[in-house]
This record gives sequence, C-alpha cells and structure tokens, in this order.
Amino acid sequence: MPVSVRIPSPLMKLTKNQGEVSAEGKDIREVLSDMERQYPGIKERLYDEDGSLRRFINIYKNEEDIRFLNGESTHVQDGDEISIIPAIAGGILLSKNL
Amino acid sequence: MSFVKGLQCKECKRNYPKEPIHVCEFCFGPLEIVYDYEGIREAVSRDSIEAGPRSIWRYRELLPIDGEPTVGRHVGFTPLLKGVNLGKVLGLTNLYIKNDSVNHPTLSFKDRVVSVAITKAKEFGYETVACASTGNLANSVAAHSAEAGLKSYIFIPSDLESGKILGTLIYGTNLVGVNGNYDDVNRLCSEIAANYRWAFVNITIRPYYGDGSKTFGYEIVEQLGWRAPDHIIVPVAGSSLIIKIWKALKEFEHLGFIDRIKTKIHAAQATGCSPVTTAIKNGVDFIKPVKPHTIAKSIAIGNPADGYYGIKTVVESGGYGEDVSDEEIVEGMKLLARTEGIFTETAGGVTVSVTKKLVEQGRIKRDDLTVISITGNGLKTQEAVENSIGKLTVIEPRIASFQKAFNIKEE
Ligand SMILES: Cc1ncc(COP(=O)(O)O)c(C=O)c1O
Ligand SMILES: [Zn+2]
Repeated sequence: MPVSVRIPSPLMKLTKNQGEVSAEGKDIREVLSDMERQYPGIKERLYDEDGSLRRFINIYKNEEDIRFLNGESTHVQDGDEISIIPAIAGGILLSKNL
Repeated sequence: MSFVKGLQCKECKRNYPKEPIHVCEFCFGPLEIVYDYEGIREAVSRDSIEAGPRSIWRYRELLPIDGEPTVGRHVGFTPLLKGVNLGKVLGLTNLYIKNDSVNHPTLSFKDRVVSVAITKAKEFGYETVACASTGNLANSVAAHSAEAGLKSYIFIPSDLESGKILGTLIYGTNLVGVNGNYDDVNRLCSEIAANYRWAFVNITIRPYYGDGSKTFGYEIVEQLGWRAPDHIIVPVAGSSLIIKIWKALKEFEHLGFIDRIKTKIHAAQATGCSPVTTAIKNGVDFIKPVKPHTIAKSIAIGNPADGYYGIKTVVESGGYGEDVSDEEIVEGMKLLARTEGIFTETAGGVTVSVTKKLVEQGRIKRDDLTVISITGNGLKTQEAVENSIGKLTVIEPRIASFQKAFNIKEE
C-alpha cells in the first residue's frame, strides 16, 4: 500500500533531492523502515539512539500529529499523506541554510 | 573576556561554534550556550557580583556576550519586595514580589533578553534586527534597536492592545501586524528568517537571547540574601523564561553561591491558552498545540517553542502548573494593585491568581518562602480592566458638590 511522504528540505539530500517520495507499510513504523531501505541514512535522522522518534521531528498523517493518533503504530492506508516536519521555535523549519 | 565555549544541541549534544545559529542540523533540537564554569568559578564570587553595576550586567560573566554591553546598560536589578498585604489575603507569611513591571526601559522582563540579544547581534555584525512578538518583546526590540542605531522589523498579531502597538511605533520601527495569532506570526517569521540576513532575536539568535532571562533568577536569589526560595511562580508563553530561571538557580548552586536548591518552579497560564499547564496536569511530556482565546495576549502562544523543556523544568523541580480564567486574571490584576500598589499587566494577573490557586490546593504552605514573578506593566493592557475598576466621579468645583457626591459630612 503506497503512501506519499513529504520530506523537509534539510533531509532532501538523502532522498535524491525529492520533496515527496512514496513508501509502503501498514503503519508509520513500517513506512519509515521502508524509507530507510530506499534511502539509507534517513533513519538516524528521525530516531535517536534509544530507537524513539526524535523529539523535534513531527510526523503528520493527513495534517494530524501522530502523537495524538497512535504514535508510530498509527495505521496508514493507500492514499494517505505523511509529512515529516521539523518543529523549530514553534514554527516550521524552512531554512535553506540547513 | 568571555566564558562562552560554544553551543551545544540540547537533544543530541553535538557541539557547534559560537555563531548565529539556533537549531541542530542533525536532529533539529535547539542549541544552548555552553559556559566554562571552571573559569567563571575563578573569576566570579558573590562579592564581585555585589560590587558590580545595579543592572543585569553585574552577572556579565554568565551572559553570552564577548565584549562589553553596547545597549540596555540600565536593564534589570528591579525591586524584590516583601508582599505583606498580598500575603495576608493569600494566606502567606513569607511572600515576595519580583517586580519587572518597572524594568528599564520598556517595563517588562523582555528588556533582559533583548539587551543581551542586540548586544550580541552587533557583535555578529548584523545591521537589521527583527522579532516575532506578543507585544512586550516588540516594545523592547524597538527601543533597543533605536538605541543601537540598527534597523528593525517587528511582527505581531494585528489585534494586540493599543498600548503595545503605540509603545512600539514610537521608537520608529517597521511594525508589521499579521492577520493571525502569534503562532501564525512565528511561522511566517521562521520563513522570513531563512531568507534575509536579519537577526531575529527569538529565532536566529535565540540561544543568546534566552540566556538574558537567567538574570531574573539570579536577582531573586541575590536579593533574598543568596537564598533560593521554596517556590517561584512564573507566567509561561513560549517557556523560555521559566526554563532560564531554573537554569539560573542550578548555575548558582553549581558555582557554590547557594546551598542545594529545593525550589519548586510553578507554571502559570491562562485557561484560554494553557498547552503547558495542561500537559503538566495530564502527566505527559509533549505539547498539544491550542488556538489561544484569552485577554492575556502577551502569553497567548498556542505552540510554545520550548514547551517540552518548560514541562520538564516544572516536573524536575517538583512544581505544578495551573491556569486561570479571564475573570480571575482581572481579579488578580486588581488584587495586586489594591494590596501592594503595583499595576501589572494581564500576565501578572495570571501569576497572582495562579498563586492563589496553588495556596488553596495546599501546594504552597503558609510559611513557605514564595516569589511571584511580575513580568509586565498594566499601563500596556488597559483594555483588559477598563470596564471593571469603577469610574471617575465628576463634580462641580464646589465643596457642596463634593459632599453630595460622596455623601460625607464635614468633620
Ligand atoms: C509579560 C510577559 N510575561 C511572561 C512572558 C512569557 O515568556 P516566555 O515566552 O519566555 O515563556 C511573556 C512573553 O511574551 C510576557 O510578555
Ligand atoms: Zn542535535
């Protein structure tokens, strides 16, 4: 079940400069593992050493923060839009410099 | 002379040089100033601080600037006064009020962060400064950039109180009212900050800016005779002030200026914008952003930048978080004015009324050494109270008219 994943500009180096990629899985955890398989190196940017999602990475499923759904176990289905958004100063990081 | 070693990511601990950066490029965590505490311990003592200027600059070695301060030389060292009358009403015998409603020059604690930030912006060679603000920061950035001779762009929600708008425009800045709430303003400013070489004090150079707030904590401790209180109640918006007060106490403890601290830090918010106190009450360590609806506009931040660390500060110190309604905010403002003769703004009303609640809940005990943080001035938020403070009694210029109006006889 492919879903589309939006990539923030600071991580686009890892996705061959694509701002949106497609990945598979039945929940967020699986989708992110599939991303690591396709784009090695992305996982350590999203997870800390203990294997938890990094605190300043927000992941949204269709505009809703997954912390308020089921976290990484949040179920996804065909056509869902996943966004990875760094939370910076309460805003969204758009810096070109990073 | 500087004791700043560099910057460090609060999350993954990667080190960075002393530059105008604020985010870890690896994990997106916020960066924090790292000081050489060994060097500070050798150079600074309680005596040397007491011999310093009567301003925040008596703590200069603990602030992130390299040279001498170039703006805001008279910021800080505001009164810490014993609140005997307010204490009687609240049922506290050992209550103090840290009164930044008379901070120089723009009458809020924000002068502390801005004088540090703009001194730093000049050191970095910026020609333009900017900020996203709920009002007090706007006043202070406008004033200090005027003093610094720098250009400024200031972004606020367009519906702020008229005193906050006028008190910004007077300094001759570019004031931009954004149709939206603070979180919309902040998001826009993050985008602008990425595209212009401006020092956004609370974005681009946030690590430096934030440490200015430590002086609020240092002063409380010094003014209490080098003692940390049992409780400090702090109004919370982005959560920068509350975490820096805690950091200040920890630093003084670490430097051996005070004994082991047992201070409980309590967060105070308006019920109409209480993402931090709600998380504390729910026992979670993450923020659910909210859309603010409160008269306490200065602290109406629905998605607080340092919210996670704000929660952590409160939990680590053993404090609590409470919030109060708009009516209680007005009551708090009136209570402080009518017991202590201090006219604070809405954020101060929040702090006073939250303190009352914490006493009623038994979290603050009668004889506990308690400090209320009053961070802003009531003349800036007159709209909040104009309909609930009585009105002017108008008479003719005759004694009979006076006696009639007040129904009192000659003595
Ligand atoms: C008067 C007043 N008190 C407290 C605060 C809270 O500060 P912080 O955003 O650091 O939590 C603000 C912030 O704008 C303020 O204007
Ligand atoms: Zn980091």
